[in-house]
Amino acid sequence: MSAAPIVVVRDLVKTFVARGAALRAVDGVSFDVRQGETLGLVGESGSGKSTTGRILVGLEAATSGSINLFGQEISSVRGRVTPAAVRRRLQFVFQDPQNSLNPRMRAQDAIAEPLDVTGGWSRIARDDRVRELLEMVGLPRSCGDRFPHEFSGGQRQRIGIARALALKPDFVICDEPVSSLDVSMQAQIVNLLLDLQERLGLSYLFIAHDLAVVRSISTRVAVMYAGGIVELAPKRELYTSPRHPYTQALLAAVPRITSNRARAAVITGELPSQIDTVPGCTFHPRCPFALERCRIEKPKLREIAPGHLAACHLHETPA
Amino acid sequence: MAEQPLLSVENLTVQFRGDAGWVNAVEGVDFAVGAGECLGIVGESGSGKSVSALSILKLHSPANTRYASGAIRYGDRDLLTLPQRRLRQVRGGEIAMIFQDPMSSLNPVLTIADQIMEPLRQHQGLSVQAARRKAIELLDMVRISDASRRIDDYPHRLSGGMRQRVMIAIAVACRPRLLIADEPTTALDVTIQSQILELLRELQREIGMSVILITHDLGVVAEFAQRVVVMYAGRVVETASVPALFERPMHPYTEGLIRAVPNLDEDVHRLTTIPGSIPDPSMSITGCRFSPRCREAVQSCLEKPPSLVDAGAGHLARCPPRIAAGGIS
Repeated sequence: MSAAPIVVVRDLVKTFVARGAALRAVDGVSFDVRQGETLGLVGESGSGKSTTGRILVGLEAATSGSINLFGQEISSVRGRVTPAAVRRRLQFVFQDPQNSLNPRMRAQDAIAEPLDVTGGWSRIARDDRVRELLEMVGLPRSCGDRFPHEFSGGQRQRIGIARALALKPDFVICDEPVSSLDVSMQAQIVNLLLDLQERLGLSYLFIAHDLAVVRSISTRVAVMYAGGIVELAPKRELYTSPRHPYTQALLAAVPRITSNRARAAVITGELPSQIDTVPGCTFHPRCPFALERCRIEKPKLREIAPGHLAACHLHETPA
Repeated sequence: MAEQPLLSVENLTVQFRGDAGWVNAVEGVDFAVGAGECLGIVGESGSGKSVSALSILKLHSPANTRYASGAIRYGDRDLLTLPQRRLRQVRGGEIAMIFQDPMSSLNPVLTIADQIMEPLRQHQGLSVQAARRKAIELLDMVRISDASRRIDDYPHRLSGGMRQRVMIAIAVACRPRLLIADEPTTALDVTIQSQILELLRELQREIGMSVILITHDLGVVAEFAQRVVVMYAGRVVETASVPALFERPMHPYTEGLIRAVPNLDEDVHRLTTIPGSIPDPSMSITGCRFSPRCREAVQSCLEKPPSLVDAGAGHLARCPPRIAAGGIS
């Protein structure tokens, strides 16, 4: 995989101010998304994964850092100055299809809204495009005049995907797109996203907390903890030889159906509050291998094997 | 489970008032939990797993609920016909419950102390001082550090994992014989989930209580329960020991569900899916309720509702064609 990156994010920081205290939700995040790949962004609540996605799409303004989309530098800091031509190549699929669709808007109008907003579509072309999109996401061409409540959760998420695809984007950010769905629906939606990627050459940033779902869809995976990426590697490598102690703990904590349960010790403690900043490595209070150095110096994300990045002093070659 | 089970649900049918009359939420449900055992109840949304569990303590709104058939045997009593006053002695005392969302199940305007002391005062008649001492012990027991200070906090000061620990402390305050845990870790992160499951396991051993664990997560059941009940569209479709269920699922739905779970330890090209979606409870299906989604449905599946049949060794499934063929095809 040496395709050119279409998204380049460098040192992204987002600070929220709550009651006079600064909370660093995203704390120096850097990554690329390459043409045609899926970058999985996985982490627990409060890790900053959703905020990162929301900044990319322009729903939040960054505090500092740079974002380059499709070769064009975006001033993320001052908010909504992304040129329209760039904006339409980038779309978003939300977690909850129940709340992200207007209950009083028919499916066809929800799907066509991006077309109506950007304009230039005749009535006939618009309706044709809606039917084409419905079919593309596996819904009957004739169901467009129904309202969201007449669909199941899985079908509503298909409508959300159709809407995101209306303007033929190149890059789609999916924020927990299957986490409110039952297992049997979840598998259908993951497969749909994979099929659409193959057919349309899409790139995805797939944000989720479920490690198994992320494995099933991603090309590469980045693991976030307390606002920063702690490890980033090609999928197979991340899951078979995780290097960061947090990634290892996370993988060990997932309950498995298969009986090969080499259960690692349960990690203690909880995610630090991002208001009281932890000096050194953000994971050190919970890390079973923490060294003196980990308490003082924040490790940088660096390449420890080809294409495999980790932010951990344990994996630095001694100077 | 050779001896008398601690609690058994027999032929339970629960109906809810709908727009067009009463609708069966669960129908003919049977399961039993033995002393000290953990029984998992799994299913997707609308399967009836929570409805069944809430019925044990009759926690549904009386105005809109009808217990159309069945019994819930606990000792020599039937909880469904027990007078309200006697049922209240069982609730929170001998049978306790924890819920999915610890924020909405804790009272936001009462301190942790108030809420843990309530069952102790109610069921054990402890004095305020004794109840407070016991409450601090309980917080220690659920591994909340600095319990004597934390006890006067309000719930919003605690993280989700901490709140669930408080819920567990309240639930085990009176050393119940049965704990019903309804999706206790679903709202929690995976590292916190493993801490809570570990805690439940330790408490179960320590108190010697039975646990009914309701979850949609097959992995949680596989790691925590000894026996499993699989529900689909208001009915039990399969019951087996954990190893038997995961190694040799009999019902096509169980098998489909297990295969649809994305694997953490393997790369696949595409996930395995179950076509279609879960039927609406008001939808009338003559035969097997899974038949519209089943790849193996034969004529008889569409004609009459199948019964739950023992395929041997306590492994029951509601799929006559599969059982006739000797289990998994």
